[in-house]
Formats: sequence, structure tokens, C-alpha cells
Amino acid sequence: MFGYSMAEIGNIFVMQGFSGLSLFSVLLLMALGLAIIFGQMGVINMAHGEFMALGAYTTVLFSQLAVAFDLVNYYFVFAIIAAFIVAFVIGYLVEFGLIRHLYKRPLDTLLATWGLSLVMQQIFRSTFGAKEVSAELPAWLLGSFKPTEDIDIPINGVFVMGLAVVVTVGVLLFMFRSNWGLRVRATVQNRVMAGAVGINTKKVDRVTFALGCGIAGVAGAAFTTIASTGPTTGSLYIVDSFMVVVFGGAASVLGTIASAFGIAQAQSILQFFLTSSMGKVATLMTIVVILMMKPEGLFAAKLRK
Amino acid sequence: MSKTSRRNFIKTAGALLGASLVMGLSSGMNSALAADTSTAAVNKTKLAVTDKTVKVGILHSATGTMAISETGSIQAEKLAIAQINAMGGILGRKIEVIQEDGASDWPTFAEKSRKLLVSDKVATVFGCWTSASRKAALPVFEKENGLLFYPTFYEGLEQSKNVFYTGQEATQQILAGLDWIAKEKKAKTYYLIGSDYIWPRTSMKIARKHIEQHLGGTVVGEEYAALGDTQFGSVINKIKLKKPDVIYAAVVGGSNVAWFKQLNAAGLNSKKQTLLTISVTEDEVLGIGGENLEGFYSAMKYFQSLKNPNNEKFVAEFKKMWGPKSVIGDVTQAAYLGPWLWKAAVERAGSFDVDKVAAALPGYELKTAPEGYVKVEKNHHLSSKLRVGKWRADGQADVVYESDLIMPDPFPKGYQ
Repeated sequence: MFGYSMAEIGNIFVMQGFSGLSLFSVLLLMALGLAIIFGQMGVINMAHGEFMALGAYTTVLFSQLAVAFDLVNYYFVFAIIAAFIVAFVIGYLVEFGLIRHLYKRPLDTLLATWGLSLVMQQIFRSTFGAKEVSAELPAWLLGSFKPTEDIDIPINGVFVMGLAVVVTVGVLLFMFRSNWGLRVRATVQNRVMAGAVGINTKKVDRVTFALGCGIAGVAGAAFTTIASTGPTTGSLYIVDSFMVVVFGGAASVLGTIASAFGIAQAQSILQFFLTSSMGKVATLMTIVVILMMKPEGLFAAKLRK
Repeated sequence: MSKTSRRNFIKTAGALLGASLVMGLSSGMNSALAADTSTAAVNKTKLAVTDKTVKVGILHSATGTMAISETGSIQAEKLAIAQINAMGGILGRKIEVIQEDGASDWPTFAEKSRKLLVSDKVATVFGCWTSASRKAALPVFEKENGLLFYPTFYEGLEQSKNVFYTGQEATQQILAGLDWIAKEKKAKTYYLIGSDYIWPRTSMKIARKHIEQHLGGTVVGEEYAALGDTQFGSVINKIKLKKPDVIYAAVVGGSNVAWFKQLNAAGLNSKKQTLLTISVTEDEVLGIGGENLEGFYSAMKYFQSLKNPNNEKFVAEFKKMWGPKSVIGDVTQAAYLGPWLWKAAVERAGSFDVDKVAAALPGYELKTAPEGYVKVEKNHHLSSKLRVGKWRADGQADVVYESDLIMPDPFPKGYQ
């Protein structure tokens, strides 16, 4: 076929399947935090990308410390936890200082969080400099895993995939198996009623927002294994994140997962057979057409309006 | 005409042209030296020149996505200006800098250019970085008759009486590099990959023509990734299937980092794959990480590791001013040439007036450039050499090839 041996085609098939899955986990990590905030609270967080950058910068700082103390092989796990905590805390404060005053004005939250994103970008630039920085990666994250001579599976891709699974399972458990999740879902379904049965809806909002930001931080930490971090890194991710969330149906975590999977596979396969940019164009066209037919997205939550 | 004889012809023609220009101008210069340097004499076009000072503009992006790249240019221009001032300035006047921020936004570049030229009346501007910002500012410079020194290597296809291009145009950067890799690595098949905008697309067009028509090679793939794209899995798989002798890359910005990291993670390192890029300088290596580039090649006119007295002095003073950790890439060095070339031109013209300065500069030979000898040609571009550097893990490059002096040819025949 096309002048290539069956073995070559097979190898490419494996590696191509992997690169689709790896893109899927990247998109999923990006979109999960946004989906929680948008889905549960109706707040469009334009600063989502900057929270990712915050997580990434936290990781870079940890890596610099690790280099100084010669702990490069161990720091990464702690860096991820720290990225979550930092983004969570900042998210908590942002909700308290900014978002909670704007709940009834969705367009204003859009503007306010966009403004926030600009402020955060400039803070990154002033603190870390305009140049892009990279985390020093531990040796076990570099290179590739070779099941056979001709198949290379990038280890950082496997790592991001594993992290995406852990985070997604964690979110699903939190939402559907914990008391906190129960309160969050109750608040989403009927805020007034939830308040009447004694749920502190304001606190629920704050924790939900902070959690979404925290997950963005984890995503940012994971992306340091793939790309570099600059002050405007976040704005590169925000479009893809929104695309996944909107396509999946705004209020559904499962929808987000399905949508990330669909977009990733389509893009990865189309980019292989077309060119890189045409693959992206074709994917976007497909999404536009599907959204025209299903404006609520793939998995719209059935809410009583 | 064979390649070598064509190059010799160009060289001889260039030398003759330069020599005649120098002779023509030096006779004019003698009278200029004798002439008075009173403000009335050196400034007939109401520029911001006083008896003690002359104002110039620096217009780069200090904020926004391009700040990553343009910061080095700002630093180099400020260093050159500080050095010139320490030597007593130009025509006895100290240079005062008015710095404006283009903010990575192309209309802003046009607006700030107008401000610098119309309100501040600066004698010259050092600035712009991306072609898009230059294209936005160019009409303003032509209308207000300003002077711009542009530092970036770029796609060519432009020449303006108001602009001097201190970086290389595309043919200077591309042809000699491809010649070298074809000869050195006996390369026959090439895979071209770039970011999706004017510079990589124009460069790849030239590269493809050169590979197919002059090197007898084939292009087995040509690919453009959207700016900011960080997913190269599918492209890398395609490359693995096609097994090109050489990957020829012009990926920029954040994508560049992702591209090299993923290439390495997919097992395509320099032991397995030859790669020549025209978009990686020492600045980019900081973000990409030397370990991801080790053994790959860059074609540039300047590397920080160049061994010559000019460069050693330049690197030392740059680090003294901007910190020991700072690195110097190709464009940073080209930006450093701007103020020195302008100084030479003003002194040759005996005037700050733009028309006289622009007329005085072609033919000038700068022997103190960190990259070595450069000469300003009639088409406002520089004759310069091309070097191929092989990256080391520490983020510096070993220069493995140095070309002869290459004449700039912004409108290459047969390559458009």
C-alpha cells in the first residue's frame, strides 16, 4: 500500500493512535476545569488559560528549586500538587473578590475575567520576564518507550494521559460520590431550594470556582512536559478549551470527555491525511456544522427551566 | 553559469560597486568633515536635534506575545547607544532614546511610528521585528520620510528608501545552508515544516525551488502548523513514515518548543535524523532546552559562540549590561548593528537629515560588527556571511560552516 510495508503501516497505526489519545488527554485536562466552572456556575472564565499558566509557572519555580538542591528526579509530583494548591487558592480569592459580585450579570463576568486574564499576563511578564521558560524535566519523563524497534511512544505523553485519567476520575468521584459534590449538584439544579435545605450556596460557589482553577493549575503543570511557558501561553489554550466545553454541552462532565475524545481523534487523523493546518480547519468546520444542528452541544444537561 | 562562478561574479561585481561608491562618497565626505556641525547645518528638516542632543526612537514590543523575541533587540540597541554616547555621541551630540511599545499589535506599530516621527521628530527609529509589524509601519515611514533600521532576518521581497535591513533576507539565509547540508550529508529528500504565516511560507517556497532545481533533491512533505499550535504528533508520524534525509524547519514561538520536545520524545533525535532550522537562535534555545536540540543544525549569520575579538568584546559588554545569564541570538546582534550603521551614515553625510543619511549609508563597510565584516549594499540590505551552527546541550552552538560573503538579493529571480 502506497509503497510502504505492512509493518511500517502497522507501526504508524499504533503511534498515530497514541498521538490521538495523547491529544485527547491534553484537551481533556484543559477543558475539565472550565467545564466545572461554566457548567456548574454559568460563569465564563476567560482567565482559565492564565490559571493554567499559573500552574505551569509554579512547576517551573519548583524545577528551579529542584535543580538547586539536586532533586530533579523527584520534584515533579510535588510540583503538580503545589500547582493545584496555588491555583486553587488564587481562584478562591478571585471568586471572593471579583466573581461573586457579578453572578447575575454573565456578560460582565466575561469582561471581568478577561480583564483578570490581562492583569495576570502582565504579572507573569513582570515577575518571570517576557521570555518563555521551561521546567527542567526529570530523566524518567524524557525519551520514548519502545515496545518494538520501530515504535516510539513518548513517555511524557503517557504521563499526561495518566494524569488526565487520575484527574478525571477524581472529579467524577468528587461530583457524584462526595457530600460536597452532592451540594454542588443541588445548587446547580435549584439554588433557592438548596439554600432552603441548609446548603451554604455561596461557599459551594467559591469552592467550585476554586476547584476549577485548581484543575487548570494541574493541567498547566502537565503541559510543561510538552511545551514551554510564557506570559501569554494561557491565551493559546483558551480557544481549544472553550471549543471542547461548548461542543460537549456546557453542563456535563461526561459531555466534555466525549467531546475532547471526538475532537482529538478527528484532528489527529485529519492532520495525518491532510496537512497540519487543513486538518485543524476540517475539524473546526465539522464542529460548526454539528453545533448548527445541535446548538446545545453533544450532551446537553436536561434541566427544568 | 555554474554556482561557484556565479557567486564569484556576484562577489566581484559587489566589490567593484562598493569600491566605486566608497570613492564617490569619500570625496564628498572630506568636504563634510570640514563643514560646520552647527545645529542649523546638520538639521535642515526640523528633527529633534539640539546643540547637545539628538533624539532617536526605539519601537519594539515590550509587552504581548512578541516580547519574548523583541526584548533582546531592545537590549542590543540600548547597549549600542550607550556605547556611542560613551564615545562622545554623534557629531558631538548625545543620543536620547524615546522608547515606544508596539505591544505585539501591528496597528499600534503604525500609530507609534507616526507619534515618533510627527510629534517627537526623531532622527531615526530602530525597531519592528515581525514582518507584519514592519509592513504596518512602512507606509508611515515612507509618508513622513522617516528612517527605520530593521533587525530581523525576513522573507525579502521588499526594499524601501526609508528602511535599512540589518538582518538577512531569505536567500542569504536559505541557499548557502541548503547547499552545505546537501553536500555534507549527501541529502536527497527533504521534509519542509514551518509555522503558517508569510515568512515560513516564502522561505519554504525558495527552499523548495532551490532543492528541486539546483540540488537535484526531492521535497517529500511540506507542512505548516498554525501559530501557537503545540501538537505535532501526527506530523511527526508522517515524517517517520517518509524518512526524509533532512527536516528543514521554520517553526516559531511557543510551537517551536513543543515541536522540538515532541520530536525528541518520539525518538527523532540527532543520532537518527538530520535537521536544519532557520528559526532557532540562542534565544529560542532557552525555551526549547539544549538537550532537545543537541546535534541539530541552525543556519544563521551570527552565533554567540563566534570566535573573533569584536564578538568577544560585544558578548562581554552585553552580559555586563544585561546580566550574566542573558544570551545573544542572531537578531539581537543584527539589532546591535543599527545604531552603529546610523552613526556612520550621519558622520559620512555630516547631517541628520534623513535623505542625506540614507544616501550616505550604502557602500559603508562596518568592520567592527560582532559577526565580522558587513557591508551596506545599494538595496539597503547587508552583505554578510552565513554560518551553520551545531547545537550543544548547553545551549550554545559550534559553528561548523561559514560561507563566503553573500550579496543580499531581496527579489531573487527564479525563486518567486
